[in-house]
Amino acid sequence: MAGPLRVDVILRRLDIERETVLVIIDGTLVPGDALVPDHATVEVRPVISGGMA
Amino acid sequence: MKCTVCREPAVIDIRRHNSYFCTDHFLRLCRDQTAKAIKDHAMFGPDDRVLVAVSGGKDSLAVWDILLELGYKADGFVIGLGIGDYSAASTQYARDYATRRGATLLEVNLPDEYGYDIPSGSKAARRTPCSACGLTKRHLFDKAAVDGGYDVVVTGHNLDDEAAVLFGNVLHWHTEYLGRQSPVLPARRGFPRKAKPLIRLGEREMAAYCVLRGIDYIVEECPMAAGNRHLQYKESLNSVEARSPGAKFDFYHRFLSAAAPAFRIADDDDTLGWCERCGAPCSGEICAFCRLVERATTPQPVQLGPRRRRSPGNAARNEATTQATTASATPTNDRSNAEGHAP
Repeated sequence: MAGPLRVDVILRRLDIERETVLVIIDGTLVPGDALVPDHATVEVRPVISGGMA
Repeated sequence: MKCTVCREPAVIDIRRHNSYFCTDHFLRLCRDQTAKAIKDHAMFGPDDRVLVAVSGGKDSLAVWDILLELGYKADGFVIGLGIGDYSAASTQYARDYATRRGATLLEVNLPDEYGYDIPSGSKAARRTPCSACGLTKRHLFDKAAVDGGYDVVVTGHNLDDEAAVLFGNVLHWHTEYLGRQSPVLPARRGFPRKAKPLIRLGEREMAAYCVLRGIDYIVEECPMAAGNRHLQYKESLNSVEARSPGAKFDFYHRFLSAAAPAFRIADDDDTLGWCERCGAPCSGEICAFCRLVERATTPQPVQLGPRRRRSPGNAARNEATTQATTASATPTNDRSNAEGHAP
């Protein structure tokens, strides 16, 4: 995907529920309306765990 | 977007609050919500000794950190479950946090001290891995708390966990479980008090808390949990939450305030005895944990021969197979062999 794009737009395109992940851009946690520039390193980290804590 | 509180740049949005938060105000929110849960449900007091059940995952490390930040006397307890590299890595995260924080971490290694691990033990005991793991952890957490003189065992169950459990209990109308689904269970004869201070915070918030606090945790899912029902319930609830932010919170917290009292049943401690082997409270002669240990560590006799009824047409062929299996069979606790399959 070519940037800049909003985080929530990227997640929608990837068909990922916003509630199930954190998005970390170049090591910084960002909210859904953050803009992701071209060439940024984006980590989409799952947060759902199946065990009982 | 700016922080709803201070207008500094936000790092996280929480849709059910319709709010954005900067790092400082988000961390304060997590501490405040935890403190409110502890107070509202009278979970424990400032002088109580707290034992935190730690897995190395985000929730247990976050609740441990929050309790220490709030000034509670909280030690950690981790169990090496023997789930390959996953257990080794998760235990190491718990150790690293304890070292960095200067906190006390108690450890038990299941294979070393009880002679089995979760993958092989669950197979031998004919339980699902999550069932064997849950039984093992409950028993060892209780034991560690009682032996160590702790007032309460704290677990990292969060809003998503509790909503998913409630969803499953309602779906199947497990009324007995609904009666016991509470964020705090009082101490009973031989059992410590148990509390879940994260019931006002979702698991996305707990992951964010760890990231913002610089707490390393095991991100990978337990390999034994893949596809379990709990995950399916969470997926269903998250679909609802996406269209109706706050639905999970209302579902669980309105259950606690409006419905839970109707399902509550008094615990009848008079029917409980003591396990002949370990001394834990139980309803029979041997507790479920000791039965699990026995099955997991005792070689099971091999049942030879085919399992299905033979038709007259293939009896002779099966007879030959049985003799071949008999010749090569050795005692083992592997379930596939116990059921009569050739190795």
